[in-house]
Amino acid sequence: MIFEEIKALLADKFGEEVIIGEEVGGLQPALILKPDAIAAVCMELRDNPKTYFDFLSCLSGVDYGVDINRFGVVYHLASMPYQLQLTLKIYKEHDRNNSEELPSFPSVSAVYRTADWHEREAYDLVGIFFEGHPDLRRILLPDDWEGFPLRKDYKTAEYYKGIKID
Amino acid sequence: MIEALKRYNQKIADASVEDMVLNMGPQHPSTHGVLRLELITDGEIVKEVIPHIGYLHRCFEKHAESLTYQQTIPFTDRMDYLASMNNSHAFVMGVERMLGIDKDIPKRVEYIRVLVCELNRIASHLIAIGTYGIDIGAFTPFLWCFKDREHIMGMLEWASGSRLLYNYIWVGGLFYDLPVGFEERCREFVDYFRPKMVELNHLLTDNQIFISRTANVGVLPMDVAINYGCSGPVLRASGLKWDLRRIDNYSAYPELDFDIPVGKGEMGTVGDCWDRYKVRVDEIEQCLKMIEQCLDRLQNELKRTSDFDPRAKLPRKIIPKAQDYYMRAEGSKGELGFYFIADGKSEIPFRVKARGPSFSNLSVLPEISKGVMIADLIAIVGSIDFVLGELDR
Repeated sequence: MIFEEIKALLADKFGEEVIIGEEVGGLQPALILKPDAIAAVCMELRDNPKTYFDFLSCLSGVDYGVDINRFGVVYHLASMPYQLQLTLKIYKEHDRNNSEELPSFPSVSAVYRTADWHEREAYDLVGIFFEGHPDLRRILLPDDWEGFPLRKDYKTAEYYKGIKID
Repeated sequence: MIEALKRYNQKIADASVEDMVLNMGPQHPSTHGVLRLELITDGEIVKEVIPHIGYLHRCFEKHAESLTYQQTIPFTDRMDYLASMNNSHAFVMGVERMLGIDKDIPKRVEYIRVLVCELNRIASHLIAIGTYGIDIGAFTPFLWCFKDREHIMGMLEWASGSRLLYNYIWVGGLFYDLPVGFEERCREFVDYFRPKMVELNHLLTDNQIFISRTANVGVLPMDVAINYGCSGPVLRASGLKWDLRRIDNYSAYPELDFDIPVGKGEMGTVGDCWDRYKVRVDEIEQCLKMIEQCLDRLQNELKRTSDFDPRAKLPRKIIPKAQDYYMRAEGSKGELGFYFIADGKSEIPFRVKARGPSFSNLSVLPEISKGVMIADLIAIVGSIDFVLGELDR
């Protein structure tokens, strides 16, 4: 099943508006989806006998830069029966300076259990909140760490609990 | 978030009243590094396992965002430090594909890369097997494995100049050509090592105590393994023939002849600890086969010539076009992925995400160790064979 067919399949099932755009210029084509639909789309792609995208290779939280104020999550799916790969992207504008809230996306941990830890990592390092995640704690950094290191505006802390960091 | 943290603290507080909370690690020898497992136990029975990772976090992704692609290669070596060659190979291939020079790499370079990667894979599996033996209580195989691994370390040191973290595979080529006489010595090693594996099998694989400790323990069904993103020997032991060297056919692998061992449940159930162990033993056999084929070609049609320069294809400036690319390759522990975002302007990637196979492989541990004995938990942890450097990055 090729990229265009997958696109048509999703448009059939969820309507045209679920696909916001696509990136076909690079080596790996990517679908840009409506953020709210991601969990349902993943469930459909996983269980549809024509696609069977049963393996979540990688989930990356991305901060697209301070100027454009955009946060996103990138999903790399693989289909073991058909030996296919697919990239899904969702993103959202989020004003980091004037908002107490974190940018928030639906969790896919109910579809792929491996997303549990990947989403914890994205929360930990990029500061993305996943709605419906069972246990969204920091995973790599200590629980009391302040800030999200992979954000583009992150400033290295000078003190950790009153201890000077050299 | 704060609520999740409160929930977790409450759970531990409740558990310490009714059951016992036991910390295994971060200094426990069988956790193979600095992994901390928090166990909620009822007597000898493990009710729940909560892994805590991050003790070895060295900000790989943050480093990668401030260094050029070439400068990042030494950092990839430090991820899975038992199989550094495989890490840098995956990273380098990803960058080469983004640059569009992956078809221009000389054949000899590709074969040398595969040769050193497979040597390194053997070394990594030897550690997995040896330390697994020691977890179960067999001390001798550990020493044997380390003795044989030392030959590989010596050879790779001869080629690259360092024993563990090589920085040997570069974007577009290699650090140096293989030293003169390397192929011959490598062949000697293969001839020496084959009988050693037979001896090791007599000592450990068919050992009745070992089988009793590992068969039917920690059974990982295939669907659970896929859903948890397990890959590599852990997934193959559950019975699925899934090896990216065959699926993606990268580098020189399509020209090599090798089998993909899978778990068959010879001693118990498919996907138990013994199967995971056995898949690694069988894989060593296949690695030796691949090494011999590489040597055949490196000594005949791809012979060393005086004008061969492994650095000839190195790009002067590594500036990929603006794009993002996910490169996956078969590391020694499973699917090793690098996700690059290049902005097309600078030599520094905008974002690099590393997907370590150990990370996903370990996440299945709480699922398969519900209701096992503490002693069996040790067997399960050992059989997953993770490296903390890659988990924490």
